[in-house]
Amino acid sequence: MTWIAKPRLHHPTLARNSLGYTRRDYEGKVSTLCAGCGHDSISAAIVQAFWLMDIAPHRVAKLSGIGCSSKTPDYFLGPAHGFNTVHGRMPSVLTGANLANRSLIYLGVSGDGDSASIGLGQFAHAIRRGVDMTYIVENNGVYGLTKGQFSATADPGSVSKKGVANTDGPLDLVGLALLLGASFVARGFAGDKAQLVPLVQAAISHKGSAIIDVISPCIAFNNHAGSTKSYDYVREHNEAVNQLDLVPSRNEITVDYAAGETVELAQHDGTFLRLHKLREDYDPHDRIGAMNYLHEHQARGEVVTGLLYVDPAAQDLHAGLETVETPLNLLSEAELCPGAAVLEHINSSLR
Amino acid sequence: MPVTDARTVPAAPLEAVNDFVVKFANVNGSGSASANELFARAILRMGVPVGPRNIFPSNIQGLPTWYEVRISGAGHLGRRGGVDLMVAMNPQTWDDDIAEVDVGGYLFYDSTRPLAATKMRSDITMIGMPLTEICNSTWADPRQRQLFKNILYVGALAALLRIDMGAIETLIAEQYKSKPRLLEPNVQALRMGYVYARDHLPAIGLSVRRSNAVGDRIFIDGNRAAALGCVYGGATVCAWYPITPSSSLAESFQNYCHKLRIDPASGRRRYAVVQAEDEIASIGIVAGAGWNGARAFTATSGPGISLMSEIIGLAYFAEIPMTIIDVQRGGPSTGMPTRTQQADLVACAYASHGDTRHVLLFPEDPHECFEFAASALDLADRLQTPVFVMSDLDIAMNQRLCAPLAWSETNRYDRGKVMSFEQLEAGTDFGRYKDVDGDGIPWRTLPGTHPTRGSYFTRGTSRDAYARYSERGRDYVDNMERLLRKFDTARSLVPPPVPNASHRPTTWGAIYFGSTAPAMREAVESLEQAGLAMDILRVRAFPFSGAVREFIESHGPVFVVEQNRDAQLRSLLVDDFGLDPARLVPILHFDGTPITARFIVGAVKAYAHEAGMPT
Repeated sequence: MTWIAKPRLHHPTLARNSLGYTRRDYEGKVSTLCAGCGHDSISAAIVQAFWLMDIAPHRVAKLSGIGCSSKTPDYFLGPAHGFNTVHGRMPSVLTGANLANRSLIYLGVSGDGDSASIGLGQFAHAIRRGVDMTYIVENNGVYGLTKGQFSATADPGSVSKKGVANTDGPLDLVGLALLLGASFVARGFAGDKAQLVPLVQAAISHKGSAIIDVISPCIAFNNHAGSTKSYDYVREHNEAVNQLDLVPSRNEITVDYAAGETVELAQHDGTFLRLHKLREDYDPHDRIGAMNYLHEHQARGEVVTGLLYVDPAAQDLHAGLETVETPLNLLSEAELCPGAAVLEHINSSLR
Repeated sequence: MPVTDARTVPAAPLEAVNDFVVKFANVNGSGSASANELFARAILRMGVPVGPRNIFPSNIQGLPTWYEVRISGAGHLGRRGGVDLMVAMNPQTWDDDIAEVDVGGYLFYDSTRPLAATKMRSDITMIGMPLTEICNSTWADPRQRQLFKNILYVGALAALLRIDMGAIETLIAEQYKSKPRLLEPNVQALRMGYVYARDHLPAIGLSVRRSNAVGDRIFIDGNRAAALGCVYGGATVCAWYPITPSSSLAESFQNYCHKLRIDPASGRRRYAVVQAEDEIASIGIVAGAGWNGARAFTATSGPGISLMSEIIGLAYFAEIPMTIIDVQRGGPSTGMPTRTQQADLVACAYASHGDTRHVLLFPEDPHECFEFAASALDLADRLQTPVFVMSDLDIAMNQRLCAPLAWSETNRYDRGKVMSFEQLEAGTDFGRYKDVDGDGIPWRTLPGTHPTRGSYFTRGTSRDAYARYSERGRDYVDNMERLLRKFDTARSLVPPPVPNASHRPTTWGAIYFGSTAPAMREAVESLEQAGLAMDILRVRAFPFSGAVREFIESHGPVFVVEQNRDAQLRSLLVDDFGLDPARLVPILHFDGTPITARFIVGAVKAYAHEAGMPT
């Protein structure tokens, strides 16, 4: 259960990152999700990504909405403040938190019900604003906590555990994010950690709204033969466009000279994204190309994964609002209050 | 030019100096607003208090709009009721406008086209001036003809009411300081109206005489004042969604911040304003910012409160500071967006599902809009809860003469119980929902404070005193009872009520709040002259202080005067003190216009009459 803390004893040989933290320092409480849930694999990928990136866990703020996915921030990054907000409203609460203190790293965790159904509006507008965050949608096509209803990402024809076929059209959050102008759009699969960990790392290092749609099979309600979000279906239909590495800037940059197959992208924070292109014809800088590619493969029933689009020069909401570098929550009274003399001047202009 | 048809009438024409009501009936979008404001400001510059009110439609152009100016040397700024001089510039509303004039009053109109005798009244003085004809023969441009017609009637009124032309011309000069090209034709139109009225129109019994009754008071609308209060109170995050009558508050905040909150070194902004996609996102942004330690607010109106309610409930339970300025309008649903009411009290006091109670502040005028907006930010941090400033359209969108905005250099922001890195490092026990000090207010930490101590997981669902997830009944009950203790603590922190005792001993009392204040004070004076003395108490916050209960217990009858149908303040009083509802006599005004002194006097006299008292 959630209130069970994991034992703090560390094995002395556990590897430490440059800050001296072990992976265990990035864990949270024991998960209360079903055994085998894809969401737990995503939590493990998040732990791994932050550990690898040498980010002190308490410098992260993790926010979520409501649902199985939104419970997970309690299961990783224990030393970080977390906020389990309201169904579908994580993006706005995260936006406010980000405005208050731009010096933290923001991780939003949501699900397909939370982001594609009740929260579609906030998903769209947070992307429009370019809120600097990593936004992970743990997408299983189903409402788990309320026991198996279809969500807005369920494919038509997919059959629920109770045998009901879905007749509504699906929303594809990756396609939408591309359309809405997100500066980082990726899709991962909970069952492919080798691809997912670098995607999360790249999203964290991205300045702007980084959207990762992670197909995460629901072991209880949506992992059966009729489902298009099951482990088996995704494994059989996964069309990965690239494999990613994140290269920290302090490491010596060794370029992989396999011509035409590797692209390096400099990020704002000095890191590099190294993309091993699995598809020769795929260019992650081409938003329109990404949309075409996505839709062509979707029509064939394939699930495209990998980093689909990135704008390494993206800017975030603070750039647009021209806010000061000092976090707003640290500004002093002297910096905020214009004082009595100014008010007297205002008073005299109103007579 | 046709001869004017001013006619004297049998009913004695009203006579008054510095004490009358002028109402302008116009067509929305015709440029009348700035001319009418010029009229009011000129009188103010003569040292005579005015209380102007826009009564406007939810429309950009074409529908009827009115501007009512209370001129009161005695300083009554509320609506009195009735009209002494109607400036009837809108044929659509002629029948209603002429009917509204008090017997013996005056009606000024455009006499270019002759009006049927059936459209006239014989018990008032009709003053016709061929405005359209004068304009058409003077200006060729249709827009100028329209705009200068407004200035023309201001000039004519200056002659009729003996308003100082110098004061008006000074105001025009100030207005067009940066556009000198427009100055001369405006002054020309003004003088043309003045000269015509002086030479052709009869003298009337109403006049303005220079006085010294304005003092150092300022003339400002409540939304601007509240916006400045948010600047002074240290708000750094504002998230909002456009809704009448609150939009100008957020826009003013942005304008003032642009002038007063720029970092001189970098030229960057010490604030963030987000016009969100809806009210749900607005309050979500405010909640996130408050959770993360920034002072944050939103401005909205009733429909916005409805949309925000779920997150307001979360903020109550998760104990997040937030300031919500509700500029009330007529409801329910979209109701009457451009009309005033005090009808969101219950919706705000108990916003959200589940057991919630919220702190409400009731400003009476722009001065208090400023003061309460700033103190709401302090209270929200101190109490770690949503705090509402309950403004309304009457205060918010009308310019009101009020005491100068005040800020003491000794004011210090109260950031409340925020545990620092040093406290955590020193090993201070941190229980996010633990009542350490007995006031029901727990300590909180901000994200990123300490590497290993003080982090917690914020939830809308159950937890224990250490923020650990818990569905145990005991933990839930303890927490909900602590929240009640916290609400009781608020009782002593909010602005206390303001009593105003009658000159004569009386058991009669009245409780009122917010924009009802000026009409209430005038009504009490008038009632006292009629032999009905009454003590009054202006409530300034919910929860109510003990002084409110004492007032109720020591008076009978106790009237509760408010601008809604369901006696919402009365409900809060009954609920907060467990009173017998029969102790409180409701006086309710809710037609969308601001309450008048005459309405209150009438209601009290009717009660006295029923009680068999001579009135």
